[in-house]
Amino acid sequence: MALWDLANADCIIEMGSNIAENHPIAFRFVTEAQRRGATIIHVDPRYTRTSALADIYAPIRSGTDIAFLGGMIRHILENDLWFRDFALAYTNIAHIIEDGYEDPETQDGLFSGFDADIRAYKQDTWQYKGKTVPSSIAEHREQTKEQAGGDYESMTEGPPPQDLTLQHPNCVYQIMRRHYARYTPEMVERVTGCPKETFLKVVETLAKNSGRERTGAFTYAVGWTHHSTGVQIIRACTIVQALLGNVGRPGGGIMALRGHVSIQGSTDIPTLYNMLPTYLPQPNVFHDHATLAGYLKSETPTTGWWANMPKYAVSLLKAWYGEAATKANDWGYQFVPKLTGDCSQEPMTMAMMDGVMRGQFMLGQNPLVGAVNADFVERGLAKLDWLVVRDFAMTETANFWQKGRLIERGAAAPEEIDTEVFFLPAAMPGEKEGTVTNTSRLVQWHDKVCEAPGDSRSDLWFVYHLGRRLKELYADSKELRDGAIQALTWDYPTKGAIAEPDAEAVLAEINGYTVSDGEPVATYKDLKDDGSTACGGWMYCGIMPKKGHNVARSRKPDGPDGPGSHLGWAFAWPSNRRTLYNRASADRAGRPWSERKKMIWWDEEEGKWTGLDVPDFVETKRPDYRPDWSKRPHGMDALGGDDPFIMEADGKSQLFVPTGLRDGPLPTHYEPIESPVRNPLYGQQINPTAKLWTRPGNELHQPEDPRFPYVFTTFRLTEIHCGGVPTRVMPHTAELQPEAFVEVSPELAAELGIRHLGWTVLSSLRGEIEVRAMVTERVRPFSIDGRIVHQIGMPWVYGREGYARGAVANVLLAITGDANTSIHTTKALTVNLRAGRLTQLKREARRAR
Amino acid sequence: MARDGGNGRGHPRGGRGRGVVGKGLGARVAGFLQDWSLPRQLAGEDVQSTAARSSTSERLRPRLEQADRVGTSICPFCAVGCGQLIYAKNGRPIHVEGDPRSPVNAGTLCPKGAGTLGMLLSPERITQVLYRAPRSRSWEVRTLDWAMERIAQLTKQARDETFAEKLPDGRIVNHTFGIGSLGGATMDNEENYLIKKLFGGGLGMLNIENQARI
Repeated sequence: MALWDLANADCIIEMGSNIAENHPIAFRFVTEAQRRGATIIHVDPRYTRTSALADIYAPIRSGTDIAFLGGMIRHILENDLWFRDFALAYTNIAHIIEDGYEDPETQDGLFSGFDADIRAYKQDTWQYKGKTVPSSIAEHREQTKEQAGGDYESMTEGPPPQDLTLQHPNCVYQIMRRHYARYTPEMVERVTGCPKETFLKVVETLAKNSGRERTGAFTYAVGWTHHSTGVQIIRACTIVQALLGNVGRPGGGIMALRGHVSIQGSTDIPTLYNMLPTYLPQPNVFHDHATLAGYLKSETPTTGWWANMPKYAVSLLKAWYGEAATKANDWGYQFVPKLTGDCSQEPMTMAMMDGVMRGQFMLGQNPLVGAVNADFVERGLAKLDWLVVRDFAMTETANFWQKGRLIERGAAAPEEIDTEVFFLPAAMPGEKEGTVTNTSRLVQWHDKVCEAPGDSRSDLWFVYHLGRRLKELYADSKELRDGAIQALTWDYPTKGAIAEPDAEAVLAEINGYTVSDGEPVATYKDLKDDGSTACGGWMYCGIMPKKGHNVARSRKPDGPDGPGSHLGWAFAWPSNRRTLYNRASADRAGRPWSERKKMIWWDEEEGKWTGLDVPDFVETKRPDYRPDWSKRPHGMDALGGDDPFIMEADGKSQLFVPTGLRDGPLPTHYEPIESPVRNPLYGQQINPTAKLWTRPGNELHQPEDPRFPYVFTTFRLTEIHCGGVPTRVMPHTAELQPEAFVEVSPELAAELGIRHLGWTVLSSLRGEIEVRAMVTERVRPFSIDGRIVHQIGMPWVYGREGYARGAVANVLLAITGDANTSIHTTKALTVNLRAGRLTQLKREARRAR
Repeated sequence: MARDGGNGRGHPRGGRGRGVVGKGLGARVAGFLQDWSLPRQLAGEDVQSTAARSSTSERLRPRLEQADRVGTSICPFCAVGCGQLIYAKNGRPIHVEGDPRSPVNAGTLCPKGAGTLGMLLSPERITQVLYRAPRSRSWEVRTLDWAMERIAQLTKQARDETFAEKLPDGRIVNHTFGIGSLGGATMDNEENYLIKKLFGGGLGMLNIENQARI
């Protein structure tokens, strides 16, 4: 959904996000919805300004979101509150799962297929009966050896088996009812600490505001992703929303509030290890990826939109390797490096520590503040041969060799650190031009208005000129291994005295072009798998449909009379579409569910889909189209005119996920990796597939460890942003939030003798820090399973550089990973807290006086 | 952009307060009293308009009037994507404000976005290339060209020494784990595209990550 579409919601649940403080301008659409009569609900461990402005505030203990959302699913199913016409037609609620499927209810927290030796699942018992279902998400296909491709041809033989009466014991509806049977309001209260009356008010308010006439939305942020079960928390929300019909409709959806200006863009056009641009999987040597044909066969779903993947993959290779990409050499496929495992940031830190990595580029990222187990990162940096930091002011990471914690403690000295460090000043917004992609896929161009001072350069300049120099260094090589860098197309025009590359020329390559004449392709439907088209990112096709026409520059908002989709303001991928899966805004016959909530509909006279947004469907496919299974249909031919979720292999929203998730087809409550509480629901304490790297210096606290009794969560501040340097050197924001603090409840403060603004020490097996206390009722003790559990919270945005300074919260946290994404846990771990100071810092303070 | 619209230029009591310099003390005091806004406010004139004016306030002009250039930008902090207008004079930014046309922010900005000018002009900003040699205790200034050539050489050396064409069993991998790259979420799509293309597609690096993961 578009950000502004939040204003059309009749109920908004903000959960895992403190939107008022961290996305204040997005919050204006929440207040607008409230003004129009919507009920606003905040579910969060901390009482914040978001809570203060909500109609209902529901407190929950950190890391118990699935228990809460699972309770919502149970309540919706058991009380028949779901939007039956929507969910029966558009989700897999009636699909029948393999006989061998076993649920955590009968296996004390584990699904069928678990291999304890490798802590991984085989997913064959999770499939639709008789089918092998491809995952629609490249990222998930790519993670593990055990998830190599399958025989997706089974999807072309006929539709997945269904029981529309929902009586079959292994249909998704019945499985979900059994799975969530014990997630009662009483259990929700026992696990989360949220009073059951408040919980019931939340679920009933959302259900009441869903259906034909009304829609509800969720907003979330890293409060949901930074857990060992992050993906499953979001999954639980998708189940709630799909059951209630809040997907693909005005004011309905799930709004991910992401943290950085183009964090969506850097996921789409990924500087990520496991994907090639726009969600194509990075080849993996342990899959059937030895040849392009093998890669395409094992990664391309046979049915649904993703069947087009070969066109996108070949066009990408053509964009990268140009004339050197020929049919004879598989379009240069062997130039693309192949994975052997997880190369995400957490294992990278280990690789630095272990001396595997020689050099490291830090391009606007500051892991000594932003990454967990900061001391590990620091040790890793000291093992590098060289480090290149590109930023606009000094960062903790660039200065680790003289101001790091190891130096501070006397555990290392600059004379012992061999790392060669470069600090290259970076140009900032306004000093360079290009596109950034916001959290709702809106790709907006920004102009160059002023000159970057001194030697400051854009990253485009840096990468382009580094590449140019490297191509020169490799120009005379006869080695086969240097073929890729030699073949790489790198002839971007430059301008001005500093030879700045033309960002629009790069955008034109991302958009794609016809190889023969260099003319832009207008849409990804024009891409081919025969080498006649080149395209750097198929989902961005159409952003420059004609030479000189840059749609991301477009600045024509809708007027007050609507329709409010603002199709003339910048470009939203794909195809300038503002709401994904908007075919679901119409019923099976193609009529809007209601006049009030109309968006897309079938125009019988014109014979096409039309409406207030760009339809997310084959424009001329009739609502009553049904696949002819006698012809073994592939691609979009295998999806009916009433299958809106076209990226899924059968066009249905997946309440139950047969393939792709490493930790189970249904969200299940596990305790955070570190918790003072035993899992009240299952014997299985934590996510059995969570990524753990236990080694000296990164030890974990066992459940109920009396040495670390407090739940610890981190957050950021309106004024100080993420890794912090830009806002910590900005005079106004630094003055508004000048110093780090830890939020402690008055009850815990009294228990521990902590005074407001007094010093405290926080410790874990990873490290200890000192910070002043903010004693506040914003933090409340929870009553969990009959006993009091205290929680404390601290902003993670501070460091040693800039005007606003303070302890680095991430020193306390361990390196762990979500099973699916390897995202670290920062929102629910355990620590100890005491009044007082660290001896060494106390001594220093005394000396300074 | 002028707040008072078309009638904002002239003083409501044109001429008052002018020409008093050089007159006698009495005239100067009378001039001052006439120009002083408080008596006029007490007399019931509009506090937010006419009675807020004085000969001093009349000379106040919005700084963006001095701009010789204005351009559209996007707020560089969170992912909401608020539109900004950046005003510059002689190649230097002098003012940043919310873009009133944007359906995202309709001219508003949060404290971070509103402070963008302070970031661009921060005294803490570093504008020269700094270099720290192995085991050195200090930074030294180097030229950009020297640094770029040295980084290119080090990159090539690290790649050449760590590149693997095949696994021991003969399967082709064509990759290196010897070099890593972190960052991208603060950058433009075009920049991310070139990073992945050069580091991944050109050099065979796999350790490429950004803030989207964390």
